[in-house]
Amino acid sequence: MTTATEVVQGNATPHPGYASDQEVRWCPGCGDYSILKQMETVLKEQGKAKEDIVFISGIGCSSRFPYYLDTYGMHSIHGRAPAIVSGLRVIRPELSVWMITGDGDSLSIGGNHLIHLLRRNVDVNVLLFNNEIYGLTKGQYSPTSPEGSVTRSTPMGSVDHPFNPLALCKGADGSFLARAMDRDPKHLREILVRADAHRGTSLVEIYQNCNVFNDGAFEVFTEKANKPQHTLFVEHGKPLVFANGTKGIKLDGMTPVIVDLAEGASMDDLWIHDERDGFKASILVRLFDDQGHEGAMPRPFGVFFVSDRPTMETKLNAQVALAKEKKGVGNLDDLLSGGRTWTIG
Amino acid sequence: MTTTLQPKIVEQRQNVVILFAGDSGDGIQLTGSQFTDNNAHFGNDVSTFPNFPAEIRAPQGTLAGVSGYQLQFGSVELFTPGDQCDVLVVMNAAALKANIGKLKQSGTIIANSDGFDAKNLKLAGYIDKDDPLTNGSLTNYSLHAIDITKMTRNALAETTLGMKEKDRCKNMFVLGFINWMYSRDLKNTELFLTSKFAKKPDVLDANRKALLAGYNYGDTSETFTTRFEVLPAPMPKGEYRSITGNQGAALGLIAAAQKAGLDLFYGSYPITPASDILHELSRHKNFGVKTFQAEDEIAAICSAIGASYGGGLGATASSGPGIALKGEAMGLAFMLEIPLVIINVQRGGPSTGLPTKTEQADLWQAVHGRNGEAPIPVLAASSPTDCFEVMYEAVRIAVEHMTPVIFLSDGYIANGAEPWRFPKAADLKPITPPFATPELATKNGPDGKFLPYERDANGVRPWAIPGMKDLQHRIGGIEKQDGTGNISYDPLNHEKMVRLRAEKVRKVVENVPPLDLANGVESGELLILGWGSTYGAIRTAVSALNDEGHQIGHVHLRYLFPFRQELEGILSRFKRVLIPEMNAGQLRQLIRAEYLVDAQGLNKIQGMPFTSEEIKAAALKFLKK
Repeated sequence: MTTATEVVQGNATPHPGYASDQEVRWCPGCGDYSILKQMETVLKEQGKAKEDIVFISGIGCSSRFPYYLDTYGMHSIHGRAPAIVSGLRVIRPELSVWMITGDGDSLSIGGNHLIHLLRRNVDVNVLLFNNEIYGLTKGQYSPTSPEGSVTRSTPMGSVDHPFNPLALCKGADGSFLARAMDRDPKHLREILVRADAHRGTSLVEIYQNCNVFNDGAFEVFTEKANKPQHTLFVEHGKPLVFANGTKGIKLDGMTPVIVDLAEGASMDDLWIHDERDGFKASILVRLFDDQGHEGAMPRPFGVFFVSDRPTMETKLNAQVALAKEKKGVGNLDDLLSGGRTWTIG
Repeated sequence: MTTTLQPKIVEQRQNVVILFAGDSGDGIQLTGSQFTDNNAHFGNDVSTFPNFPAEIRAPQGTLAGVSGYQLQFGSVELFTPGDQCDVLVVMNAAALKANIGKLKQSGTIIANSDGFDAKNLKLAGYIDKDDPLTNGSLTNYSLHAIDITKMTRNALAETTLGMKEKDRCKNMFVLGFINWMYSRDLKNTELFLTSKFAKKPDVLDANRKALLAGYNYGDTSETFTTRFEVLPAPMPKGEYRSITGNQGAALGLIAAAQKAGLDLFYGSYPITPASDILHELSRHKNFGVKTFQAEDEIAAICSAIGASYGGGLGATASSGPGIALKGEAMGLAFMLEIPLVIINVQRGGPSTGLPTKTEQADLWQAVHGRNGEAPIPVLAASSPTDCFEVMYEAVRIAVEHMTPVIFLSDGYIANGAEPWRFPKAADLKPITPPFATPELATKNGPDGKFLPYERDANGVRPWAIPGMKDLQHRIGGIEKQDGTGNISYDPLNHEKMVRLRAEKVRKVVENVPPLDLANGVESGELLILGWGSTYGAIRTAVSALNDEGHQIGHVHLRYLFPFRQELEGILSRFKRVLIPEMNAGQLRQLIRAEYLVDAQGLNKIQGMPFTSEEIKAAALKFLKK
């Protein structure tokens, strides 16, 4: 596994070919560098034509992302990228479209658009950079900041209960739900490839460290010493195992329970991850315990849920094709006359 | 009833104004629009004004629930649905009470007496249930009280329909009767019914029976001794259809997109009175039209921006409150410099205001309603048919000049209908999108790179869309460096870009044909300057005044921003300028600010259009000053 210092180096050398000529301007040490680098690697490996790729972002630190890639890109307005993507996909369903957003952009100001994007299942890969803070506006709490977060706008601690992003997205019937982190580049690349392969809205929540305003927010998951105890990497068809194979999770009815494999619990009793099982996925996204609590469930990473259902743009364009087939391709003169006319003179 | 019919007298009329009024569930709008259609097909000029309550089914019998449909038809050219009515058709007491003030002295009232029972009288607020049909208060009018409900039920006695459904055919009885009264045949309406109720033969049969019963009632009833005849109007030769403003706007979008070779994408959130554009467009998918009912107004415009970014023609529509929500995204489209059409079918404001009533109070919002220096061309349509023409022009500007364009209409012309001598597709002006060419990939940049913001002589940038090889570039709402489009915070670059964008928009009105409408004299005592749906009332008033020997000019603006250059010269040729508007003086302030002209206003903010008499009276008063 690549170490954090290798990844988070600031001013990472972009891969020739998919990097733009623009200087990357995130704070040195920002988790965004790693995500950009993994994205470039994946694009390079896939070798898609640059002109057929589009990155659309909203507003926030992460939303500068499109400027750094030599593809088509739009840095739009706060929270509205899902709507822009929807119109683009309807008109150009053959393009590869990625959406870059953050926790403020997509869960606060753009929350409404995100849930509608998911229910419509527009074919786009959404990378939701979650750093649990407003970085670009210099450190206010975000809709994913834990209750009690002391920030510049909440000196006495925030009183708002945070969103659990994947549970929200599951509620909106997202067809591809995954979680990754900036400091596990190999896993992140795997998830990006999976997201891209899925037809429909692929929602990838990426834990991303803001080393300036919220440093260490995810270190319990990302740092070597804690990672095994607190993270659970799920894989389709495999049992839910963590803590270097010493612990597992089984389902007691609808309730997940931690069992100790070292103490004699059987692998056969464990919950086998089935990413096609929507009911189990609803439980998996709810593994969201505060890691400070005794006996907390580990936080899952990986692909939680995949379902194949038609995309909005496929259905919409099929109606257009059907109308052309049934009524014939529109004749403008017929449209202008409207069929009920009269003549004077 | 007698079998030996009295021969009826037929009198000729030059023009007639009829107002149909009843409960909002009475089918008044259908009656009105069908009679309009019939007259238009006959060759009359027509102009209509549907006027309905905001509630879908307001409490029955109340003043709040009254729905109206006013139409004027004539053997002369018409520009308004008329000031005062010749005939008032009322289905209940509330409809009479709400509209009696609009009836000419000695005008005709046709009342459904069944709608004047104790309950209806009370609901309409007639004191002590004092029935106006019988108390002598309407002696100045020619009053005909008919029990339309009973006669309709009788006509449908043989049918299998329930009482409620039978009563729903009352409007057809009225329509049949009015057709008799104005010597029209029923062919056209029967055709309409046949297609509307093709799948419900019993309903079709009942509607036809009621229609015929109404017609025959006129023929056989001895109360009505006179029929009227309105000869065809001397309209320009050609093929006509009937069209509302919202239909005109929708067809303008489709036609322009087709001529430009672009797929039309329409992102919209339902709002009165703009929704009919969405309804119309969604019926024409075989033209490649892609309609998207968004989750909110912001998503509606942003989806359209996404479509334009992808190389389609993005359009969105709303009314004032929704346009307010779209403000930030309009700024984005302006910064991106991509084509986009934003339609505002204005209604009474502010806030929710008067959703079903008309107003012109969003002009400042259109011209100024964005943060930063964000000038966007604003065009306004003046009549239902003009909605097509102005929409076509709005699309042309948006595409050829790579800019968002605001199209203004209002509830009055959006729902109003008139005959339209529709164009042939081949005669529509070509529209040429400034698509980037492959040579630009290496040609224009100093280091051989594509410059997405390099401008042509009109200040227009090339339209490079995803999929075009070697033209990849990044754009956004953040200030960009001239030429490259890269992020730039350089102070001088910012000022330069602000000025370049403004100059591009200014050039939109260079070399456009003189589309602003005008009549009357070209110089003199008084210019009446208007915009939007006040056209008909101003035109009618100015024609009448000039016939009486006055020297008045009328200029009607289509380009509200930027103003066309010759406007300054026109203003200088008149001693005085009067600007009638359905707002508190928004164009007036823009004109005064731009040209230092002491323009005076005539302002009506009642959710109702001007009558030509109001304009005429104001002009006369103004001339006497």
